[in-house]
Amino acid sequence: MPPPLDATAEHLLRDLVPLVLGAVIRRFGDFAASEDAVQEALIAAATRWPRDGVPENPRAWLIQVASRRIADHLRSESARRDREAIVVSLVPPEEQLALAADDANPTGRDDTLDLLFMCCHPVLSTSSAIALTLRAVGGLTTFEIAKAFLVPEATMAQRISRAKQSIKASGVPFEMPLAEERAARLGAVMHVLYLIFSEGYTATTGPELHRSDLSGEALRLTRMLHGDSEVAGLLSLMLLTDARRAARTGPSGELIPLDQQDRARWDRGAIEEGVALISATLPRGSIGPYQLQAAIAAVHDEAPSAKDTDWAQILGLYGLLQRISDNPMVTLNHAIAMAMVHGPASGIERLDALAGDPRLEGNHRLDAVRAHLLERAGDRQGAITHYRRAAERTTSTSERSYLMTQAARLSET
Amino acid sequence: MKYILMMNTPGGGPYQIARWPQKDIKAHIAFMISFAKKLGESGELVAAEGLAGPDQAKRVRAGKDGKPITDGVFPEAKEFLAGYWIVDVESPERAYEIAAQASAAPGPGGAPLNMAIEVREVMSGPPKDWI
Repeated sequence: MPPPLDATAEHLLRDLVPLVLGAVIRRFGDFAASEDAVQEALIAAATRWPRDGVPENPRAWLIQVASRRIADHLRSESARRDREAIVVSLVPPEEQLALAADDANPTGRDDTLDLLFMCCHPVLSTSSAIALTLRAVGGLTTFEIAKAFLVPEATMAQRISRAKQSIKASGVPFEMPLAEERAARLGAVMHVLYLIFSEGYTATTGPELHRSDLSGEALRLTRMLHGDSEVAGLLSLMLLTDARRAARTGPSGELIPLDQQDRARWDRGAIEEGVALISATLPRGSIGPYQLQAAIAAVHDEAPSAKDTDWAQILGLYGLLQRISDNPMVTLNHAIAMAMVHGPASGIERLDALAGDPRLEGNHRLDAVRAHLLERAGDRQGAITHYRRAAERTTSTSERSYLMTQAARLSET
Repeated sequence: MKYILMMNTPGGGPYQIARWPQKDIKAHIAFMISFAKKLGESGELVAAEGLAGPDQAKRVRAGKDGKPITDGVFPEAKEFLAGYWIVDVESPERAYEIAAQASAAPGPGGAPLNMAIEVREVMSGPPKDWI
């Protein structure tokens, strides 16, 4: 057994995976075969680097080993199929690839981004796109991804392999989409990254360590996208949300709502970065939903205490958000802001308008918000009823605990 | 050997726990979280899930055309499955021991609930010399 890779080398490998995979796919065009070859190259690195030292150009080393594996594989495949292939196979793969292995990407673009756009292709279901992105771009092992999503490893392996097959079957070319397509595709990429982030962020019980890694991974991938103002908005939103992580749960994993969090435990560095980013982005024009949500998060994060929160500004931002996205969840939050600025009665009025919306039917959030506003309005019994109804309807264990505790608290006063 | 430990709670209105005093709810939740954590640390926990409320449960059958026919809700059910643990243990006795710990989860006033936990062995794959 060789000694294990040290942490630096392991980090390096993870950063290199998408670059190497991108380069190999570009050369051979076969996603699944390229992925297998890169895996083999990683195994080779794990056994040889601790013994021989990390090569001078680790990226080229990995590309070369992976390319050699895939060439070997293609050669034996085609040899079986076609006698003429022997001519090709007589040229040693090392020579075929010696020049290619170290050359720069001819288009000068970062392969990682192409890979990210490919993994978030609309032919894939969202769950497949998430799994494939983490696997191919994030460099996480199937075992790690399965753990993070609390499904058996075999299930996740199957999901990933089907995703690769769908990509192959759809004939998606490995390239950045054309300009007009890019905007739509970028939307899908941001959506996938945000879902990965949320999946990690909303976990409060279970193997939380693995799941919070997901948020870190989403942040890392979003940082690579840069350029677009909505991407900056998304990154800022993630930073400003992630900043509250430590304060969000109590000692036994119970949820602590924003207004009761210990703000001293918020991550100042993340808040500063998020605020600076959104402040620089907003004036650039073309405002989208991620930027507005980031701006709202910034107002919360900058308030020294819950009661010093600038709700008038938040109300204005939700008003804007409502105008560009027809989402009942936005309207719900708008109602809360309304209640904070103009009193609970006006918030409840907004909720009444939402009651008939089929998208919210049976949704516990409507009850939870109503309970909260009724409590503020002094209707204790009404608040208890709605807290309990929300508790019965939520599918989140920690949220259920929180809502039940609220109802119990009011029953005792 | 693997066992599933099923926690059945009596019906009579969904989530009677919601009617408990606040500190008892908190104690119960803290117990459940540390219980799962201990099982995880001992390497015996395979899976544990709590189920959403029974007031949304549906019974589904395929119709003649293979399409789903749903029936329900069943708020009056005598008992419903609130959650389960799957554990991988050395002996049935150990599974019973774990079940007894879960059964003694604190209820109102901190008194043990002593609720019934159904313990069933999970079937294993074919024996090795069989394949």
